[in-house]
Amino acid sequence: MIRKIIYGIFILIIVSAIAMFLRGTPFGVDKMDVGKYYLEETIPQTGAANVVTSVTLFYRGFDTLGEVTVLFTAALGVAVLLFIEDKKRKMTYVKANFVTKIGTRIVFPFILLTGAYIFMHGHLTPGGGFQGGALIATGFLLLYLAYEETSIDRKKFYLVEGLGGLTYVIVGLLGYFMRDSFLANVLPNGTLFDLLSGGIILPIYIGVGLKVGSELANIVDDLFCEVKCTGGE
Amino acid sequence: MIFYITALIIIGIGLYALIIKSNLIKKIIGLDLIETGINLLIVSIGYIDGKEAPIFTFNVRNAASMVDPVPQALTLTSIVIGASELALAAAFVVLLYRKYGTLNVKKIRSLKW
Repeated sequence: MIRKIIYGIFILIIVSAIAMFLRGTPFGVDKMDVGKYYLEETIPQTGAANVVTSVTLFYRGFDTLGEVTVLFTAALGVAVLLFIEDKKRKMTYVKANFVTKIGTRIVFPFILLTGAYIFMHGHLTPGGGFQGGALIATGFLLLYLAYEETSIDRKKFYLVEGLGGLTYVIVGLLGYFMRDSFLANVLPNGTLFDLLSGGIILPIYIGVGLKVGSELANIVDDLFCEVKCTGGE
Repeated sequence: MIFYITALIIIGIGLYALIIKSNLIKKIIGLDLIETGINLLIVSIGYIDGKEAPIFTFNVRNAASMVDPVPQALTLTSIVIGASELALAAAFVVLLYRKYGTLNVKKIRSLKW
């Protein structure tokens, strides 16, 4: 009891420290400095309609490459920690009901389609590779929930994942050899609001979407394999 | 202003779950709540009254009527890293459950302090 009170006081101190810090930054007023540069220069420099995407992939593309690497490392870690070849353990399932099974069969292709749409229109709409990839992975999660005997072909998923990551690095290296720096814009900007605009953003986001989708599906497969292989609860 | 207060409340709840709860799953949920709160905080720092999301559409073409895009871009990075960290933490919890047969931190003897 005493310990809980001490911890409560500790939490209050942390939260009030953040609140004290926030008093210095007023809410809802213009405090942009570098943001104004991005807002004005996005259309002439990148040709992308979505400013957030252009900041993430164009001005800070190297940062996003590191982010993809972090995601890859996490998926690798989960696979190393959880993947076990031992299939002879007892499997117990909670059977999915009829509605889930038929609904999955109807909805699954549309989930994949929507995911592909989201990661292909990342430079025009609020979306992008990570969001579309996560949506594709939820489709596979639904498949696992409905059909308990599902298991994805890991080798193909690893192939897609590697190709997606490779696309990013190859586009970056193209910029290095054809222009001045790594991840420089080598493709034409195109006209605004076209699908084929935004320079290197479209190929990179297709690669990132495929990579994130297959990676998260692998994580789902690892966690479900754990439930299947050890008999769950 | 309501965004700041909500973010602070979420961070507080997350810290409570992370520090006081002894179930490992609840601790992970607390970690994720803290992260969500901080993301909300960062995005709401970039908010400007009466301005729109930083996406050019057919109707909106002037850059002066948009909010700051930099905090949103950084939050995008932060969300992905949080998700991967959550997956790793869940994997560790599964391993701990397999080894000790319980999720209660106080019953995992070798972790007791």
